[in-house]
Amino acid sequence: MKTVRSLLVVGLFLLPAMLSVAAEMRFPPPDFQTDYKIPDLNSPAPVSSNGTRDAIILFIALSVTTWMVFKARSRRGLFIISIFSLAYFGFYRTGCICPVGSTQNVMAAVFLPDVGVSVAVLSFFVMPLLFSLFFGRVFCASVCPLGAIQELVAIAPIRISPALDRTLGLGRYVYLGLAVLGVATGSGFFICRWDPFVGIYRMGHSFGMLLAGGAILTLGIFVARPYCRFLCPYGIMLGWMSRFSKWHLDIPPSPCVKCRLCENSCPYNAINMPIPSHLVGDPEAGKRRIRRLVYVSPLIIAVGATLGYLSYEPLSRMHPKVALSERIAAENIGKLTTDTLETRTFRAGKQTVDELNAQAVQIREYFKTGGAWFGGFLALIICLKLIGLSTAPKRDIYTPNKETCFSCGRCYPYCPVEPLPKRS
Amino acid sequence: MSEGHGIDRRDFMRGAAAAAFVGGAYAAVGDKGEEMVWQLDPNKCTQCGRCSTHCVLNPSAVKCMNQFNICGYCDLCFGYLQPGSRGRDTGAENELCPTAAIKRTYIEDPYYEYVIEEEKCIGCAKCVKACLVFGNASFYLQIRQDICINCNECSIAKACPSDSFKRVPKLQPYIYLTGDVSTTKSQPSSDPNPPQTTLGPRSENS
Ligand code: SF4
Ligand code: SF4
Ligand code: SF4
Ligand code: SF4
Ligand code: SF4
Repeated sequence: MKTVRSLLVVGLFLLPAMLSVAAEMRFPPPDFQTDYKIPDLNSPAPVSSNGTRDAIILFIALSVTTWMVFKARSRRGLFIISIFSLAYFGFYRTGCICPVGSTQNVMAAVFLPDVGVSVAVLSFFVMPLLFSLFFGRVFCASVCPLGAIQELVAIAPIRISPALDRTLGLGRYVYLGLAVLGVATGSGFFICRWDPFVGIYRMGHSFGMLLAGGAILTLGIFVARPYCRFLCPYGIMLGWMSRFSKWHLDIPPSPCVKCRLCENSCPYNAINMPIPSHLVGDPEAGKRRIRRLVYVSPLIIAVGATLGYLSYEPLSRMHPKVALSERIAAENIGKLTTDTLETRTFRAGKQTVDELNAQAVQIREYFKTGGAWFGGFLALIICLKLIGLSTAPKRDIYTPNKETCFSCGRCYPYCPVEPLPKRS
Repeated sequence: MSEGHGIDRRDFMRGAAAAAFVGGAYAAVGDKGEEMVWQLDPNKCTQCGRCSTHCVLNPSAVKCMNQFNICGYCDLCFGYLQPGSRGRDTGAENELCPTAAIKRTYIEDPYYEYVIEEEKCIGCAKCVKACLVFGNASFYLQIRQDICINCNECSIAKACPSDSFKRVPKLQPYIYLTGDVSTTKSQPSSDPNPPQTTLGPRSENS
């Protein structure tokens, strides 16, 4: 009812404008003498099949990967699926839409009042996570187009120290936090904007993107999967799911004999090694450490939130309106002497500088709240990581780390253990 | 995995988590119902040309269209011919469009029909600008929804200096100019200031 009324109001409001169109047109529409009919506008509907088709292909790829990881235990098979995923999701579908980016569509639908999301996009987000909850990160193994391209170039991987690995891995949380901030403040979809591989999928779309992609891939020859390990925000969620997964790949097909042959096989530091008994700490001391950490963590989180709040200014520059307002100000006082297409367009438009600045002020306010959440979130993650490090669990066999293992199968061929004969 | 106990507690938790997760995800976003697609608002466009260079597709999914009911069917179409071409023949070298995508057909004296051949149009907006400045502004750009792959974030939206791009409901995926009340479909708008869909505000930008 309400919409109908508002439509009517809008209609009434527009009516004079519409009626006066004929008068305002420089050349009145002709009065045809022949029986010529003014053609209808050709307005083809959106293609809807792509989303559904891609969702089905995603499901099939995930299923086949799961089979390769658990039943066939074939690194080769996984490699071939990687090539398919790279070709289809990467090059053919230009890397869009992918589950990593779909995180933002879902967040936009949650945060922004008038943005909806299609079932196809939602399934892109949900499916890999569900598979992860049951089978571990099979999506990362060979379905993700971003993972696949890195997996294929990782030919001479070196191992970096686990401590460095973990520290750099915090980058993923920064990225996730920024992505949420970007969506919630209406600044844009940063995961897509900074996706280093779309430049390659789209064959030279923008020079910056190509350069970033090339750099990450070159690094990826030696430090395998740098994007996955240090940046990918979706990988965090997959890792959480995988941690509690019902089934997960095992390095040996039957009980581990501790031959140590797989020790250096994983380029991702994802193999939990046995911990020699003299290194397993006193559990009581561990508990004390944890208790102390739990007590100080509210303080750490408060500090994080405050720092986040205080950095609202640089953070808010990620919003194009704020950037434009600052650039206009800089040009107006003569600090910058060249203009850009954006500032030229702004000056030619109707909006006044004051209006723009008012908008920018409003957006900065959002960034104060958002920045506080962002800082608090990072501090919380650091606390959780420290708590996780405070105890050394007892471990005496080689197992993949369920959270960080990509299920890539590189360790399979190193293990000499034969599968147990099948009971008939 | 316990044997003989049916479903054990961990499995139950996992199942519950999965159900809650999927249900929650659909509930959180599902009630918004409508699917959205990208479109550009011709009232805001300033014909900068980036539409032809920033789409992930090549050629761009943005094309020019001619809204016939506000077209003047002019003999001398400024969107069609290079400036100063009057009196010359209408060969391709005199056409404004870099890809000769506009087809001119004689209707009756003195009217000509101009049809954009979409396969050829690259969305460069040259004709749009000319028609806006000198004509009826019946040429304007739209994302052709049968070509657009509806990226997560439209690459042109990031680059458009006029902030023309927005998500619109999939069921009304075009933004038409309301040249004529009876035949032009206008978009219901949630914009507090509905665009004045005449030549007025657009020509100020040119
Ligand atoms: S970590 Fe991220 S980028 Fe890497 S394979 Fe997994 S989802 Fe893809
Ligand atoms: S399957 Fe997991 S543990 Fe094995 S090499 Fe790959 S990432 Fe490492
Ligand atoms: S990028 Fe924006 S201003 Fe430029 S032609 Fe496209 S819609 Fe118009
Ligand atoms: S001038 Fe540009 S926008 Fe117009 S029809 Fe030709 S290619 Fe399309
Ligand atoms: S959404 Fe993608 S395909 Fe569509 S116009 Fe924008 S960049 Fe082009």
